[in-house]
Amino acid sequence: MSRFEILRTGASASGAQPATQRNVQHRGGEANPSAKALQEKFSSGVKRVEVIWGETIVYVDPASAHDIIRWLHDDQSQRYDFLSDVTAVEYRDADVPIEVVWQLRSLPYRRFVRIKAQLPKGTLEIDSVWDIYKSADWLERECYDMFGIRFRGHPDLRRILMWESYKEGFPLRKDFPLRGRFSRSEQLRQALAQNPEARYSMEELTIADAFAELPQEMRERLSKGERTGE
Amino acid sequence: MGLTAPGERRTVSYAPESQEGWVATRLDFLVNWGRANSLWPMPFGTACCAIEFMATAASDFDLARFGMERMSYSPRQADVLICAGRVPFKLAPIIRRIWQQMPQPKWCISMGACASTGGMFDNYAVVQGIDTIIPVDVYVPGCPPRPEGLIYGIRMLQEKVKNERASDKGIRDEMEPDPSSQLYIPPPVIDELGEPFGNSVNQTRSGL
Repeated sequence: MSRFEILRTGASASGAQPATQRNVQHRGGEANPSAKALQEKFSSGVKRVEVIWGETIVYVDPASAHDIIRWLHDDQSQRYDFLSDVTAVEYRDADVPIEVVWQLRSLPYRRFVRIKAQLPKGTLEIDSVWDIYKSADWLERECYDMFGIRFRGHPDLRRILMWESYKEGFPLRKDFPLRGRFSRSEQLRQALAQNPEARYSMEELTIADAFAELPQEMRERLSKGERTGE
Repeated sequence: MGLTAPGERRTVSYAPESQEGWVATRLDFLVNWGRANSLWPMPFGTACCAIEFMATAASDFDLARFGMERMSYSPRQADVLICAGRVPFKLAPIIRRIWQQMPQPKWCISMGACASTGGMFDNYAVVQGIDTIIPVDVYVPGCPPRPEGLIYGIRMLQEKVKNERASDKGIRDEMEPDPSSQLYIPPPVIDELGEPFGNSVNQTRSGL
């Protein structure tokens, strides 16, 4: 069967059923090969593996989450080189711990894996993966802003969506009332009292601090005083 | 058939200095006529209402018919602030600053349910009506309003501008917020309006 025949008839080349939403099981099924590799490599750090709707979820110990993600990123047989998302889940039951979720993507092997670490309420601290994925910078800031989870080792952990003098807490926590903790007039008073220009300046947007990290040819162009097109 | 003598020719002499036309009108009528037909909008578009505003400005609905084709992206050259979309609390000082930077005379249109009342976003992040921050002249309902709705609001604003009187000294007064809290209407009023359905039944609270 030629490639065009497959396209025209919609038939699968091998004859196997394609993995569509219709024939994926809710729970169970074949896990991502990375899950087995993780269980062999980090026997104590990996708590359990679940497959839900065909997606592999690995529950890990919070203390070893950073090492596991580092290994998934560096190991040549895994190569999870893209961090899709860092987020958190809080459940309605007060005694169920908060989960921190990392969604990883391996572009060379075309795999997804979802890493979850359960944090008991009270000590919401976990190691940042900023040293592995630079894209974790704003994702972890958002996670801190919304859930109050502190990421150890993050270079600039401050609010990102709410303004920095926001005093009402962490909006996506279950104990946070939908309309906020303060009255509307107090919220408006605090919002109008913020002074955005005091915190965000044009100097913050320059590249002076990161000049050494620029590509070579860009450094040469900029060092001659060439305008960058702003 | 034959040649006839040419008829008597009439000569008109024209002396411009004796022929100048003149019109008598009220000064404020003339000024208001000029202002109402050349309102320059400052578009403050934050959400889907801004898409409808773009459609209003585009050729199908053609806002230029009302003298508004010149979008003023600098508040210093704008006459009317059109707030199209929801305003989160983080933007509250910014829209307040833009309003204070606009020179008099100035007007404000609150376009859509979110800008007027907070709309469906009765939550921790969204201002429950921009009239708690700045005075509003015309509220345009809708989610989002159709371009016809916005044009109707603009026509209402033009009527309002045409009915202003130079003898009314109060209309050009600048909003003066309370220096300690930066609010310009009393906090209990804001609390009452923030209640569910509180804002939608109190549409004229800015007193304008």
